[in-house]
Amino acid sequence: MTVQDTSAPTATVRLDRVKPARRLGRGQLWLAALAGLMLLALVRVTTNANDITSGGTLGATIALGMPIALAGLGGLWSERSGVVNIGLEGMMILGTFFGADFAYFTHSPWMGVVGGIVGGFIGGIVHAVATVTFGVDQIVSGVAITILATGLARYLAGVFFTGQPGGGPTQSPAIPQFTRLRVPALDSFFGRIENHHWFLISDIAGLLRGLVTTLTPFTIVMALLFPLTWFLLWRTAFGLQLRSCGENPTAAETLGVGVYSRKYVAVIVSGILAGLGGAFLADFAGLYREGQTGGRGFIGLAAMIFGNWRPGGLVAGAGLFGYTDAVQSRGGAKSVHALLLLVAIIVLLVGLYALWRRRLATGSLAVVVAILVFIWYLLTKDVPIELVTYTPQILTLLVLALATQRLRMPAADGIPWRKGQGA
Amino acid sequence: MRDRLNRLALNVIAALLAGLFAAAVTSLILWARGDSPSFVISQMWHYGTQPSSEVTILNSATVYYLSALAVAIGFRMNLFNIGVDGQYRLAAMLAGAFGGAVALPTGLHQIAIIVVAMLVGASWAGLVAVLKVTRGVSEVISSIMLNFIATGLIAYLMRPTILGHRSGANDITTEPIPRSGQVPGVNLISSAGTKVYGLIFLAIGMGVLFHIVVNHTRFGFDLRATGRSSSAAQASGVSVKKMIVITLLLSGAMAGLVGMPALLGDSYSYSSITFQTGLGFTGIAIALLGRNNPIGIAFAAVLWAFLDQSAQILDINGIPKEIVQITQGVVVLSVVIAYELVRRAALARQQRRVGRALATVPAEMEGAPA
Repeated sequence: MTVQDTSAPTATVRLDRVKPARRLGRGQLWLAALAGLMLLALVRVTTNANDITSGGTLGATIALGMPIALAGLGGLWSERSGVVNIGLEGMMILGTFFGADFAYFTHSPWMGVVGGIVGGFIGGIVHAVATVTFGVDQIVSGVAITILATGLARYLAGVFFTGQPGGGPTQSPAIPQFTRLRVPALDSFFGRIENHHWFLISDIAGLLRGLVTTLTPFTIVMALLFPLTWFLLWRTAFGLQLRSCGENPTAAETLGVGVYSRKYVAVIVSGILAGLGGAFLADFAGLYREGQTGGRGFIGLAAMIFGNWRPGGLVAGAGLFGYTDAVQSRGGAKSVHALLLLVAIIVLLVGLYALWRRRLATGSLAVVVAILVFIWYLLTKDVPIELVTYTPQILTLLVLALATQRLRMPAADGIPWRKGQGA
Repeated sequence: MRDRLNRLALNVIAALLAGLFAAAVTSLILWARGDSPSFVISQMWHYGTQPSSEVTILNSATVYYLSALAVAIGFRMNLFNIGVDGQYRLAAMLAGAFGGAVALPTGLHQIAIIVVAMLVGASWAGLVAVLKVTRGVSEVISSIMLNFIATGLIAYLMRPTILGHRSGANDITTEPIPRSGQVPGVNLISSAGTKVYGLIFLAIGMGVLFHIVVNHTRFGFDLRATGRSSSAAQASGVSVKKMIVITLLLSGAMAGLVGMPALLGDSYSYSSITFQTGLGFTGIAIALLGRNNPIGIAFAAVLWAFLDQSAQILDINGIPKEIVQITQGVVVLSVVIAYELVRRAALARQQRRVGRALATVPAEMEGAPA
């Protein structure tokens, strides 16, 4: 990830240091999800902050988490092939502009999706040419692309949206949006259960109501990209080749894998996914606005790291970030305050588990943090909202600080590689 | 010596070619919309060379220069301090609040404010350093996150109940710095009517200091050696971890200076609304353009500021001024590609020369004592 790593010969040495993180089975994952929901329900009942599992909040989680997840998925494709993509933010910006532009001028939300693909493709191919063909430092190229994309979107918005009704250099006119697939019967049914505020049952109803009220055809198609990515990258020969380029490109080359072409595909797909994330943002908001991405490309990258360079993990990370964003943006100072209790419980559990596993340092640190958060919960009535906005970033830093040893990025990630360099 | 001149010439040619390429791309985009590139260029040149524009250019360039130097310190050691942005904003805010709150005699007041800014910038960068050396967290990711967190922290600290001070209808600033803490402007271009930031001399001084420290001290040698190969530096007795911490602290302290020219020479208080943001990213671009060299960066900073300022005339002519941001973006991207190509060419030439030398040496070596 660091520029510094480029001086390391190859990263094989690192492998023996890192114990592969134990992966949970499918049953255990469901169990963990259920336990999480129960914990949320418990916190809701104790604190009376009913909004933390309401249908509205969970619906907003999907809408806010999806662009982050798409950017993260883009990061996954690129980094699995060994190319760090800090330019996701820029590619997302292009996606918001082109998405809105296409949707507005063709009067079709589906053309907005095409626009997102086009915008992301442009960003992706520039990054691919710079990093794969010319071997430029990947982080430098990513930063340059973000600068370029910001300027390009501003210029093009000035050219295309000035003079349109409600449009101008900093925002587009209202664009046609996807209609939500509402099932009114289910909506009111779940809504009624939710209003009883029963333990767990109302929470599950809230979750389901959030699901049935926010889905659009766009959301469903995008959601399918995650299992599809998993299948392509982990269950096909092409995916194995692509991932081998991220682990040891020289070895891949000796086996006859076209490393450049795999990296090109990966980086371009990465751009397209980030662009789709941008188009999703524009569609959800109903217009293009300057600065609309608000750093979500970077947060997507964080979600991917949080998820240990795996699709399931990144969805969990994006879901978590989307959730904090949803709770916060629905203006619930009370809800956010209630979440402090949740944080305290989770950190305490993590700490006790670490102590039980005799990892004394981590364990006692976590327990102390849990107690401090609990005291904070007791002593205050609300949390500074200015800081709550940046929960994803704070969380990412904490995860990185506490769990770097358990994360494993692709071994050759970020290292420029040239054809024939192993010969 | 000849080799160095050769390399310098190659780099200058590479930069010029990248500039030409960016101009070509920009012209193409202008032409596609039906605007005349030559008209745009002549307008920009005419407006950008007026005395009042020149003052603005020098002022912007001062700020860009400091930001780029902050980034360049890290780059010299292969450390990517994306966090300059958060570091300078937090530093400017806290230093502004400090400057407005204390009463000190002139001279001491300015120095105290600047020292506070450097300390704040260094501590914010210090977090990145600590995470990197103790937990192995990539400085790129942590500093991106800290940029966001700085925004939140500033918004929180700027609450009127904490450090904020209501000025005007809806702007909240820090307490204004009294005259004793301000740095007066200098009349460099007399016909302009406006003044150049007094702290331009601080920026120049920092450039000189940068050159001396990096190129003529033991520390600078270690810095460059670690940047080239951290394992080789470690083997020769350099503590790489210590170098990482010191470098990031220095980079952060330099970042702390970025907000100073405007704070002490123009606005006298920090405002979340009007204080310039995003300078850290501009600094990255300018450091790349100037090849992390204090003189190269100076040229790049002036060029960047010229483009910014001269584009202001375009809107009047119905051309979106954001066109220069495309130019700037293309310049950066093509310049890094061009430098990479030059580096490869130089490497290939060096390898050929070594190859030739090795091919002739064995014959002479046989007679020599072992």
